[in-house]
Amino acid sequence: MKHTISVMVENKFGVLARVAGLFSGRGYNIESLCVAPMMDPSVSVMTIVTQGDDRVIEQVTKQLNKLIDVIKVIDVTESDYIDRELMLVRVSAEREKRDEIMRVAQIFKSRVVDVGPKTLTLEVTGTDDKLDAVLRILRPLGIRELVRSGKVAMLRADPRK
Amino acid sequence: MTDMSGAEILVDSLEREGVDVMFGYPGGVLLGIFDVLFDSEINFILTRHEQGASHAADGYARSTGKTGVCLATSGPGATNLVTGIATAYMDSVPMVAMTGQVPTSMIGGDAFQEADIVGITRPITKHSYLVKDVRDLARTVKEAFHIASTGRPGPVLIDLPKDVMAARMKHAPIDGVELRGYKPTLDGNPKQIERAAKAIEKANQPVIYAGGGVNISGASEEMFKLAQSQRVPVTMTLLGMGCFPGSHELSLGMLGMHGTYAANMAISDCDVLIAIGARFDDRVTGKIQEFAPNARIIHIDIDPSAISKNVSVHIPIVGDVKRVLTELLKKIKAPDDVKKKTREKWVGQVKEWKTEHPLAYEKSDSVIKPQFVVEKIYEVTGGDAIICTEVGQNQMWAAQFYKFEKSRRFLSSGGLGTMGYGLPAAIGAKMGNPDATVIDIAGDGSFQMNVQELATAAQHCLPVKVAILNNQFLGMVRQWQDMFFNKRYSHTCLAVEPDFKALAEAYGARGYLVTDPKDVVPVLEEALFSPEPCVMDFRVDREENVYPMVPAGEAIRNMILGPEKKKTGKLRAVK
Repeated sequence: MKHTISVMVENKFGVLARVAGLFSGRGYNIESLCVAPMMDPSVSVMTIVTQGDDRVIEQVTKQLNKLIDVIKVIDVTESDYIDRELMLVRVSAEREKRDEIMRVAQIFKSRVVDVGPKTLTLEVTGTDDKLDAVLRILRPLGIRELVRSGKVAMLRADPRK
Repeated sequence: MTDMSGAEILVDSLEREGVDVMFGYPGGVLLGIFDVLFDSEINFILTRHEQGASHAADGYARSTGKTGVCLATSGPGATNLVTGIATAYMDSVPMVAMTGQVPTSMIGGDAFQEADIVGITRPITKHSYLVKDVRDLARTVKEAFHIASTGRPGPVLIDLPKDVMAARMKHAPIDGVELRGYKPTLDGNPKQIERAAKAIEKANQPVIYAGGGVNISGASEEMFKLAQSQRVPVTMTLLGMGCFPGSHELSLGMLGMHGTYAANMAISDCDVLIAIGARFDDRVTGKIQEFAPNARIIHIDIDPSAISKNVSVHIPIVGDVKRVLTELLKKIKAPDDVKKKTREKWVGQVKEWKTEHPLAYEKSDSVIKPQFVVEKIYEVTGGDAIICTEVGQNQMWAAQFYKFEKSRRFLSSGGLGTMGYGLPAAIGAKMGNPDATVIDIAGDGSFQMNVQELATAAQHCLPVKVAILNNQFLGMVRQWQDMFFNKRYSHTCLAVEPDFKALAEAYGARGYLVTDPKDVVPVLEEALFSPEPCVMDFRVDREENVYPMVPAGEAIRNMILGPEKKKTGKLRAVK
């Protein structure tokens, strides 16, 4: 099963290598990884999407916790959470197809961020399911280029607080 | 605040951590540090290879409980430490390894003797530092010692660029460490301890499986009380040797691949398994599904990731073994008369196994049996020596035939299985325990992997003793070839070897060649009590094998007990 793990780490050089090395050294798989500093610039948050059975995931979180530079590990998959991913996708857009692409963009609440003589580039955000749906629809039109940010995730607010 | 150089701050910080012995080797980028060390109180031991320095620091740490310290230069000096660091990592040994590094401005430029040692050692250190600014230096040293010695101990590496060592600043010593990402759990969860107490109280056939964590935590006394008051037989891992007195009636000796019959049977038949500071290593468990198949498993360990890693356990307790056992002893009720009877019956069964198949070998008057040498070392030293081993048959025979009565008396590379560990570790142990008899029980193969450290022992007048069980083979590999590869001894015969007696003498040590069984004791008596480092070359039975043996991947009750003797222990139903 896929798990999304949020890892709060010291914002120091070498920390990413430690985390990545832990995954590769112990044979765990990283599906996507996103890192950026937090409000407190001495702390970064990594959102890691990984796959494995319960035992593997338990080891992943325990091993992450063992790293000195890791401050906190949350497997958000175990609770209610929100997650988003950003995607830039450049599609072939001959004159006669432009309207159709614009409509798709509108339906998925995405924006056109770049226009070329024969292409349009859309910025899409959402869950990975939504991004996959957009790609399914755009694929027949001809996708020229594609980048995805990897997932970021956050626990939902506690309704009692 | 005094104006000091990085090198001065480093040595000052080490002295404040209580470092009195260091092992290492100089080099270009370390000249500044060595200049300061020249005037320092720290006793610096110059080894003949950086690997020797790392194992010596390890031996010092294992035998004293203090943090071992080693220092090597950049590039090849640093990479030569790698095996020693990995050895310490696998066996949870507190160590601070320091390496020189090229100046910060040259890092990444493929400078002369540059190696990314922080990158190279990342998977084999508990933590590591590259000090880029002299202002971080004192805090880094403080943190490194704290991390290395607390929680589950391990090696920490500090990489020291040359310019940082030369830089000057106004320095005031640091006290206290605050690491928000590092807070080991020391006290066990009271509810879990309660559950464990209940489970042990109910047990009819309990066994303690004790690992290196008991020695590290210094919990022998607490564990002894638990075993004695509840009448629980105790078996130990290789690294657990000594945490329970080997001659005690409840001691089963070592378990696992070359464990005793009684230990492996008791594990296979127990109804409650109390794993203490052990990690269910594959050399211990054999076929994991059939390891303690009927037991409720209690697992006490300070490292949460050790729990349910290989075996899923019923009652995990994360915490320092000593603290957890202290609490457990408070909560657990003494067995009533009925329970006492069941327990005595179980202990009786275990004793039966012990007498049925004790550790044994065929005695001989004509050829020296390696086990005989270890037995005699035990007798001559009264069981009170610090025994280091190399890796292979020598290691197993040492663990089987020397009865360890105390903690920190058996130093052996268990996890990594590092050949060449024993001699430098003995040097480190002797530095930490000047009054102890320190013996390296070696094989002729592994002894040669760090034989150059004889010069270190001679130079520093360290009377360590090496007993080579010389079979002119890489014995353990040959044993596997004998048993599983149709005796095809592919590249395991050491056909050409030095004259070890002459070699010892060439290094300024004393050498003995022993070929007759009746000379074993006289030579041991002379060598072990001589004030010099000694090498005893015991020419032993060349094709002797280590028994019992559990073939890799089999259940541990399926032991080969001797040549042509295979016995599968039957499991009995738990009453």
